[in-house]
Amino acid sequence: MSASDTPKRSMRTPLGRVRNLGAAHSGTGDFWRQRMTGVAMVLIMIPAIAVIMMLFGRNQAFAAQTLGSLPIAIIMLFFIVASTWHMKIGMQVVIEDYVHNEKLKLAVIMLNNFFSIAVALASIYAILKLSSGV
Amino acid sequence: MVEFALPKNSRITGGKTWPKPAGATELREFRVYRWNPDDGKNPSVDTYYVDTNDCGPMVLDGLIWIKNHIDPSLTFRRSCREGVCGSCAMNIDGQNTLACTRSMHDVKDGAVKVNPLPHQPVVKDLVPDLTNFYAQYASVEPWLKTTSPTPQKEWRQSHEDREKLDGLYECILCACCSTSCPSYWWNSERYLGPAALLQANRWVSDSRDEATGERLDNLEDPFRLYRCHTIMNCAKACPKGLNPAEAIAELKLKMVERQV
Repeated sequence: MSASDTPKRSMRTPLGRVRNLGAAHSGTGDFWRQRMTGVAMVLIMIPAIAVIMMLFGRNQAFAAQTLGSLPIAIIMLFFIVASTWHMKIGMQVVIEDYVHNEKLKLAVIMLNNFFSIAVALASIYAILKLSSGV
Repeated sequence: MVEFALPKNSRITGGKTWPKPAGATELREFRVYRWNPDDGKNPSVDTYYVDTNDCGPMVLDGLIWIKNHIDPSLTFRRSCREGVCGSCAMNIDGQNTLACTRSMHDVKDGAVKVNPLPHQPVVKDLVPDLTNFYAQYASVEPWLKTTSPTPQKEWRQSHEDREKLDGLYECILCACCSTSCPSYWWNSERYLGPAALLQANRWVSDSRDEATGERLDNLEDPFRLYRCHTIMNCAKACPKGLNPAEAIAELKLKMVERQV
């Protein structure tokens, strides 16, 4: 709510203020995807951690050999997609909760999207590179 | 950004301690939030001593006793004094509830602390300004909406369908739930809050209503509905024992059901 729109200064009716710009007719998609990625991570978390534990203290050749296995590569890719998507939606909810300056909010949400996409792409690239043995 | 501290003119300063009533044998200390819009001072917390042998057992009885015997300027809303009207909702001992149904004997550890409902503008003392809250209720259009020709007698409903309204229709709109919700504190201008959403679900769940889809359309919004993060303060605060969080979850389920 902008300063000119605050209840004290505005002569708009209370109902007009509540209705404001109307319903966005969205939000269910993000709500559903957050639950879906959450369930996906519950399922994939243990196999993904097992793979990471296997790779601890090993060299790059071993990592390339391990990730060269199709099921393992798919597990890791699935884990990256689910977790970064979940992270992006979760962080956006926090931003929407606490950042009330509209311009700042749009900028921070944009940065959040860029960051999540960058993390996802970098991780996917690393997995593909190792698994393809290039 | 969200403000985590009270504005300067809302910070509470030390208040007045009123003398103990003469001749009283059993006293209960009340610490009550005071703010007068006319004197330009910050809010304060006044201390009163209530003669519990001379008044009823509820916190509202104590407040009425203070108003009648000590300080007639103490301002609060009350009407039915039996948990039906919702007028006397306030924060008692850190929890939003109705002063008329909360026994002062249930408040342990010293003084009975009484404050207005949190995070609402204060009109005076314990009276919050609920204009936005009522406008949010109006925005869910809480009446039966139909397009079929009106029947000669009543709109009929099976017993099973009527049962679906149990736990929803009992809401008295006291605002205890909405004003206990942190999400509502941060975004009350956009998030409808637990009370309005419970009422919205009451009409979405009504088998006689023919505007269910429109009602869901009107709620489908990242702020109006999806600011609920299932914190559950609403269910804890509700003096009628209702569960607004569950009603909101049902709304979200219906949203998913019509899309997935």
